[in-house]
Amino acid sequence: MTERPRPEPVQIVKQRRDAALRALVNGVPYIQFMGFQFDRRGDELTAIMPFDESLIGNPLLPALHGGATAGFLETTAIIELAWQSLWEEMEQGRLDPTTLHPTHLPRLPKTIDFTVDYLRSGLPRDAYARARVNRSGRRYASVHVEAWQDNRTRLFAQATGHFLMPERTSAE
Amino acid sequence: MASPFTPQQFLDLLPHARALSMRLDSVSDDGRVTLSMPWDARLVGDPATGVVHGGAVYALLDTASGIAATLNPGSAGGTATLDLRIDYMRPATPGQRIRAEAYCYNMTRSVAFIRAVATDDDGSRPVATANGAFTNEASRAAAK
Repeated sequence: MTERPRPEPVQIVKQRRDAALRALVNGVPYIQFMGFQFDRRGDELTAIMPFDESLIGNPLLPALHGGATAGFLETTAIIELAWQSLWEEMEQGRLDPTTLHPTHLPRLPKTIDFTVDYLRSGLPRDAYARARVNRSGRRYASVHVEAWQDNRTRLFAQATGHFLMPERTSAE
Repeated sequence: MASPFTPQQFLDLLPHARALSMRLDSVSDDGRVTLSMPWDARLVGDPATGVVHGGAVYALLDTASGIAATLNPGSAGGTATLDLRIDYMRPATPGQRIRAEAYCYNMTRSVAFIRAVATDDDGSRPVATANGAFTNEASRAAAK
């Protein structure tokens, strides 16, 4: 009878996953420029756009710029897609996250189109977003993103986009 | 035109437009608004290629579209984006300015319908196109 391998210590698992996410997020200059952050619970990501004066598009209201909101949602969608592939590779042991470096990352999906619905004006506060991958094929993916501020059920924006997936280098 | 600002003054009032160094290049007699912004290493979305993130291109197209909506003769002075769809045709060439031209092709009492195109130095091949609906309303803060 083969003995079941002992599960890895929780800290090792967390370190590996957090390092992979950090490498992915820190590798994109625009994410640093906009100040976006990603919070991880298991494989679930929540994107955060901490409020900053430079995100304002209507100084009189004031309200967030629609372009900043769109950039936030598009980034959330791209990182979610890249994260799902990375997660799979990492958890199946095909990828060692310690080899990930901003200059050596998996290729990111490319946006084909992106449509944002603005449901209410973005307040001068932190914003949050989560992406749901509705379909992910070998070449194309369709992603829906929801963004909120104070209340999870009162979305201030939502978006749908289509993405071209990077070609996989490993044999499938 | 109901707005108390010139388009350049309006643009200078938008912190996010300033953050991306947007510039008003022209407003034609028929209401075509052209904005541009420089390529900037901080805006890169794909470190492997140096191509600017779609979000920055989106912000440029959205801003040009909003200005085109307020410059339409039927504008009540204020606007906000209802929805905007962007199609990305090709990556913008790293190092080149990105230009966005927006045009309000239909205006109703409450909605401005906009089309916009983004290009880099090769104006014959669009980087991205956009179309969307914007509100047509009195500037809320001015009314207060």
